[in-house]
Amino acid sequence: MSADTTHILAPQGPYPPGPEMLNAPVDPQWSRESGARLRAVWAQPRGLRYWSAVNNSEVGQWYAMLCFGFMLAAGVLALLMRVQLAVPGNDFLSADRFNQFFTMHGSAMMFLFAVPMFEAIAILLLPAFLGARDMPFPRLSAYGFWCFAIGGTFVFGSVFFGAAPDSGWFMYPPLATQSEGIGADIWLLGLSFIEVSSIAAAVELIVGVLKCRPPGMRINLMPLYAWYVLVVGAMILFAFPPLIAGDFLFELERSFDWPFFDPERGGDPMLWQHLFWIFGHPEVYIIFLPSIAIAAMIVPTAAGRPIVGYSWIVLSAVAVGFLSFGLWVHHMFTTGLPAISLGFFSAASEAVVIPTGVQLFAFLATLMAGRVRMSVPMLYIAGALAIFTCGGLTGIMVALVPFDRQVHDTYFIVAHLHYTLFGGMVFPVMAGVIYFYPFIRKKMMSPRLGKWAFWLVFTGFNLCFLPMHLTGLQGMPRRVYTYPDLDALNWGWLNMLSTAGAFVMAAGFAVFLWDVIRPKGRDAAAPRNPWGGGTLEWTHDVPEDPGWGVRSIPYITSRYPLWQQEGLLERMDAGGCYLGDAPEGLRETLITTVLDARPILVQRVTGPTWITLAAAGFTGGLFILPVFKLYWPALACGAGAMAAILWWLWRDTARPPEAARKPVGLGLSLPLYATGPASVGWWGMFITMLGDMTAFASLVFGFFFYWTAGDDFPLPGAGHGQPVLCGLAAACYGGGWAAMRLARGWNRGGRVGRARLARAAAPVLALAGALAMAGAVWLPGLDPASHVYPAMLWAFAVWTVVHSVPGLVMPLYCLAGSLRGKLTPAHDADLWNCTLYWHFLLITALVSAAVLGPIPRLM
Amino acid sequence: MRRAAGVLWAMLLSGPAAAARQSVIHPAGEDAALVAGLFWWLLGGAVLLWLLMNGLFLYLTRLNPVPLSRRLAEMLIIGGGVLLPTVVLAVLLGVTLQKIPMHMRPGDGLRVHVTGEEWWWRVEYWPEGADAPIVSANEIRLPAGQRTDVTLGSARVIHSFWIPALGGKLDMFPGRETRMSLLPQIPGTYRGQCAEFCGLSHALMAFEAVVMEPADFQAWLTAQAAPALPPADARAARGRAVFFAEGCGGCHAIRGTAATAGAGPDLTHLGSRTTLASATLPMTEAALAEWIADPESAKPGALMPGYGHLSGAELGDLAHYLKGLR
Repeated sequence: MSADTTHILAPQGPYPPGPEMLNAPVDPQWSRESGARLRAVWAQPRGLRYWSAVNNSEVGQWYAMLCFGFMLAAGVLALLMRVQLAVPGNDFLSADRFNQFFTMHGSAMMFLFAVPMFEAIAILLLPAFLGARDMPFPRLSAYGFWCFAIGGTFVFGSVFFGAAPDSGWFMYPPLATQSEGIGADIWLLGLSFIEVSSIAAAVELIVGVLKCRPPGMRINLMPLYAWYVLVVGAMILFAFPPLIAGDFLFELERSFDWPFFDPERGGDPMLWQHLFWIFGHPEVYIIFLPSIAIAAMIVPTAAGRPIVGYSWIVLSAVAVGFLSFGLWVHHMFTTGLPAISLGFFSAASEAVVIPTGVQLFAFLATLMAGRVRMSVPMLYIAGALAIFTCGGLTGIMVALVPFDRQVHDTYFIVAHLHYTLFGGMVFPVMAGVIYFYPFIRKKMMSPRLGKWAFWLVFTGFNLCFLPMHLTGLQGMPRRVYTYPDLDALNWGWLNMLSTAGAFVMAAGFAVFLWDVIRPKGRDAAAPRNPWGGGTLEWTHDVPEDPGWGVRSIPYITSRYPLWQQEGLLERMDAGGCYLGDAPEGLRETLITTVLDARPILVQRVTGPTWITLAAAGFTGGLFILPVFKLYWPALACGAGAMAAILWWLWRDTARPPEAARKPVGLGLSLPLYATGPASVGWWGMFITMLGDMTAFASLVFGFFFYWTAGDDFPLPGAGHGQPVLCGLAAACYGGGWAAMRLARGWNRGGRVGRARLARAAAPVLALAGALAMAGAVWLPGLDPASHVYPAMLWAFAVWTVVHSVPGLVMPLYCLAGSLRGKLTPAHDADLWNCTLYWHFLLITALVSAAVLGPIPRLM
Repeated sequence: MRRAAGVLWAMLLSGPAAAARQSVIHPAGEDAALVAGLFWWLLGGAVLLWLLMNGLFLYLTRLNPVPLSRRLAEMLIIGGGVLLPTVVLAVLLGVTLQKIPMHMRPGDGLRVHVTGEEWWWRVEYWPEGADAPIVSANEIRLPAGQRTDVTLGSARVIHSFWIPALGGKLDMFPGRETRMSLLPQIPGTYRGQCAEFCGLSHALMAFEAVVMEPADFQAWLTAQAAPALPPADARAARGRAVFFAEGCGGCHAIRGTAATAGAGPDLTHLGSRTTLASATLPMTEAALAEWIADPESAKPGALMPGYGHLSGAELGDLAHYLKGLR
């Protein structure tokens, strides 16, 4: 993406820097003074205000530790379940408690550990890999973290009150839609809330990879970790929204009895299964790929040479990302689908072996081409390989339909999935913790404790899960709280072995935890590059970390700069690369172009604040209070969240800078303001709205799913959306969109008054459109509780009306900006972003209007 | 030879083969035998590939940590990552894709319709041409050597019907019928169990699957079609009186009596079944009395109310009557 001249001023000065510039000496006194200024700017707040930090290194650490905590808590639930299952007919746990425990174990491991752990590690490490000072939207990371902390505590906390969800982490209706108590609502609303933070992190990470690379780091020079983050970020963006759409329908059924999944009123429980697994299968790879990414950083270091097959690995990661969206039906092989579907999804499921195999063999090839030094992280990688290949091979088995019909929902699957997740996630993450610990804490973890932890976890794991293959083959189903003591079953001794293994494994995790948190005050500071790595994170500062990421942002011409670019480290340390100074006292990072990383902009990033915590608290209220049927307080919290976010945007984002350009070092001057596609804010909005569109597309999928699956959709004789109002709604949204487009052009052309008028018209049209949309389902007297058809029409209306609220607020925000001098003809980033939102709102509204009015009349 | 090796393995792994009645690797039907045979091949191949991959890793990191040529390394990626899996998967899919429709083959006449309830099984036998079913519950009987159609439904939530020794599982949905067929080969008593999580007592939703010689099966089915036997003795007669006084007929049917309701399991030939409460309790008078007094203690969340207010004698009489319904 080239920097469009209408969106940003052109840089001035030489680029790329020549060798003589990179070899020119740096004035030591300037180096000291600028270093002190930079240090002051990036200093983290102290005392209680520490928790107002938004810097990626703080937020990343909190995030990772909290995920680790949830993992241990969910692990304790597993131990309690293993005690219950150790002997047949045990009464250690009641059926009710056991069902809550296994539901929470799965939900927490997935939503509170595996996925957020990826986000935590990526937030913590990605800027370091890219030589960036921070993520592009630090406050978005902080907001996401606080949402996660509030939502995660709420969801997991329900276990202590015996009110936890108890229908399994997959929440199949009708069991879950009809279950009594608030457990299912906690799951739906609490985890939807957490999905918001996942999507926030995905947006942040994608923009980080695309726009925050150091000058010269073309996309084919990125560390593999960044590639994986990009792929996984995109996967989150397209995988989580179907689940959010499903949650939306599900909660409407639970709260208002709209029968989306009730077969008696035209609903279909299979729609949930599709939406859940369209999310659920990519989810597996969302967990697996980032951990492979860690291995992709450790393996070249251990081999002491660049990775072999870089392009193969990148292609494979992208291929896995794509394929993972075409496999979901293999979770549904036993639902009685036609043989042709089964065959297709069986073959697709097997196909994913190829890109996965390419990645593993590329690691082996790297080890083959280098001189391997074994280290504790490599020991964990070896363990990961041993376990993951076993899980992968059983994966090949279960992708075969006849075999899956026997072992589906048995302990064979429990074994299979734990082998893939431990080998594909837990062991690589443990390797990563040990490997990156000196980067994060400036101390080494103990090799002796590391080996103890490894052998305990590895032995315990295999003792626990290897027998489960046989338990499953001998017919033991999953999710049973007890089993009978019959000679005919003979499951007792296998279960006893598994329980014993679980406790050995737990001991290993305890050792590991101790090694992570034990006081290391007396340990020597870690060497700066203890493993001899070649990538930019090892340019970090030792023994302290001033929070600035890198002293100055380097010019990169290779994949392993520390191995391949001589003198780079010294120059970075002297502050002699880019942005080595902070004369204005503001936090800044460089923005570069997407493909070839030409520097185009100095981005002012936001600093410590409490507003993100307040926004997360209010957002929490919006999601959590409806669990207790407190709808009005929830709406008040929603308004509070919006006010907090507006305050934060107004105060600290897209403010016109004090100068058009500033010198950034090496003779280059870069602009301080960008708008449209040249700015990170536009990319953030665009990527967020792609996710939103995916959720909406899932609703549309649902509409046509009912049409193809049932013969009473649209319900014969039922009314449709009121056609005149449907047309009026479409016209209003079209008018609002046109007003925003015109306002953008007029403002840029200096016709400020006219632009303000258009911006004042857009909210009125949004309101009118929303009223017409609501009227279109209200006036014909469509009763959403009577049948899935009217319920679906109502769902489209609700979705569009809710999306009109930002569509209404945004033009007013721009109007206020224009009146207060924040938005001018030359500084119109807010207007571009809001207009971008309106593009998507228009699509949503037009499709909804078509689905309400004309389409069903044609069916 | 291969089957013998498989049986030997299975015995080594799980004790005497005769005892394993709910096992995928102790097949007694055509569909299950196919999978069991496939499994030993898959296992052998998996062990081989695992050793290859991890052996290579061990060799590269521990045994011979000297650099090899880059060209060789790139060949490893293509050979190991692309060619090897392509060949292996092509063979596997070639063998298994054509077997997918096997469990959907039409049966030889008899159809068994099973409905998943919370947490028990409603069973209807539809002999070819029948216009009304022979109703039973919590036990499936099938003739050996014949393919029987199995149609599945559910009352409220999703369950899954599975007899590991005979074939793969299939889910049971409310509002939708799924179908498969089974071809049992070896007469005997096997065990099936619900495989889709269905709520509080999912763990206690099992059943006995009895495979009989076709002639025995016909005789049994004829007996099942008959109305219930009258009470054989005075105690049974007293038990029958308790049954009606307590309103048991409000939920249960005993064909040939005034009890015709269908909310709970059909009890017409309860005493002829091998287990009670969907394979949770043995079919004894003591277990029957215990169950009737407090169903929830044996099966959490059971919908049947407890009759703990009945005296021990009344419970005993009732159990005696029900046990006599052979």
